[in-house]
Amino acid sequence: MSDRIHVGTHKGLFELGRRNGGWDIVDTAFLGEPVSAVLDTGERTYAALDLGHFGTKLWRREGGGDWREIGVPTFPPQPEDAADDPHPWTLGKIWALEPGGKGDRLWAGTMPGGLFRSDDGGDSWSLIEALWTMPERRQWWGVAGGEQPGIHSVLVHPEVPADIRVGVSVAGLWASTDEGATWNIINQGMYNEYMPPGQQGDPIAQDIHRLARCRAHPEVMWCQHHNGVFRSEDSGANWREVTAIRPSKFGFAVAAHPTDPDTAWVVPAIKDEKRIPVDGKVVVARTRDGGESFDVLSHGLPQRHAYDLVYRHALATDGEGRRLVFGSTSGGLWISEDAGDSWHTPEMRLPPVNVTRFAGA
Amino acid sequence: MATIVFTRALERFLPVPTVEVEGETLDAALAAVFTAQPGLRSYILDDQGALRRHINIFINDRPVRDRIRLSDPLGPDDEVYVIQALTGG
Repeated sequence: MSDRIHVGTHKGLFELGRRNGGWDIVDTAFLGEPVSAVLDTGERTYAALDLGHFGTKLWRREGGGDWREIGVPTFPPQPEDAADDPHPWTLGKIWALEPGGKGDRLWAGTMPGGLFRSDDGGDSWSLIEALWTMPERRQWWGVAGGEQPGIHSVLVHPEVPADIRVGVSVAGLWASTDEGATWNIINQGMYNEYMPPGQQGDPIAQDIHRLARCRAHPEVMWCQHHNGVFRSEDSGANWREVTAIRPSKFGFAVAAHPTDPDTAWVVPAIKDEKRIPVDGKVVVARTRDGGESFDVLSHGLPQRHAYDLVYRHALATDGEGRRLVFGSTSGGLWISEDAGDSWHTPEMRLPPVNVTRFAGA
Repeated sequence: MATIVFTRALERFLPVPTVEVEGETLDAALAAVFTAQPGLRSYILDDQGALRRHINIFINDRPVRDRIRLSDPLGPDDEVYVIQALTGG
């Protein structure tokens, strides 16, 4: 069970640890700066700072040592034949940061939609050109919570480091089995309500908000999509809508149980334009039967006049699936020790939460 | 030698003392600064070497014209101010 939670917010990074039988903030870093991604491998912790005016920077801490700025994904010079690219060849935000399962490898998913790999723990990065320069990327349109498409999920197969699946906001699920040298869009079975009828099922038109994978059964994936919740049993090639989700099928975040392929959690909200909790009640929906049914969990969560929204990276579970954490746009933070049956909130009022993550998960 | 003054807002990330540098263009002058302090470049310029969107540069009291290639000429006594746009939240 992980005893460390990292919370990246609009104004700093907060580390929670166990204290007096509960959870408390034990360390803070980058106060005042937006943190868009965090990763704790157990030996090293990484934090991506989205500094706005000054660009995105990546910092690393070895064990419990000092933070220092390291290399950051950087686009190469934009060639003449790409002058008409609708999206900038410059790093906007690091939106996903994952271990590569091989040595010091890391993967970074970004806005405007570049995928980068480091093989030296983040000191240097290279753009995965095959994904960035493929003609289909010109179809990656949409606002992705900002102004650009973005790679929000990078799923590396736990036993096959060469096998990577990336989720792109408003542009489907892309797979590579050769460490990023070649790519195919693979998601069948989703639908986009806002496209013309003949194009609703087009894989590249799918607005996947977030993907999660069962580590022990990597063929099982869950997706919170703009139009609903979906589940795959073949590593993302085919998807079935999970229609039992309630009280709403809309949301941003999803977490997969690390060992039980039938269990997952989402945080439902009123769909589309409103994006607030249903009836002013913050709830978590959990399935334990592969999506056939859901428990709506609310014990310890605000049930009256609560307008917290949970962003796609702000829900996390640890390596055992007992502890969960989620943080909200209103700075709320709730932790469960019992897979979501009950929640409690440590004494704190945080800035808006972008990302939560357990150490080692 | 032109004088380059940086916004104090950068000081929380790295040292940005006022410097005097040679350079007939803004690009050349900044290149000299970044040679001495490579880590500063990515705070001012984007991946394509253009001025970041919310950074502005004034040469004396005139805003820079060429934000892409920074080709604005510099005179020997020019004062260059690197500032950020103010946005809230």
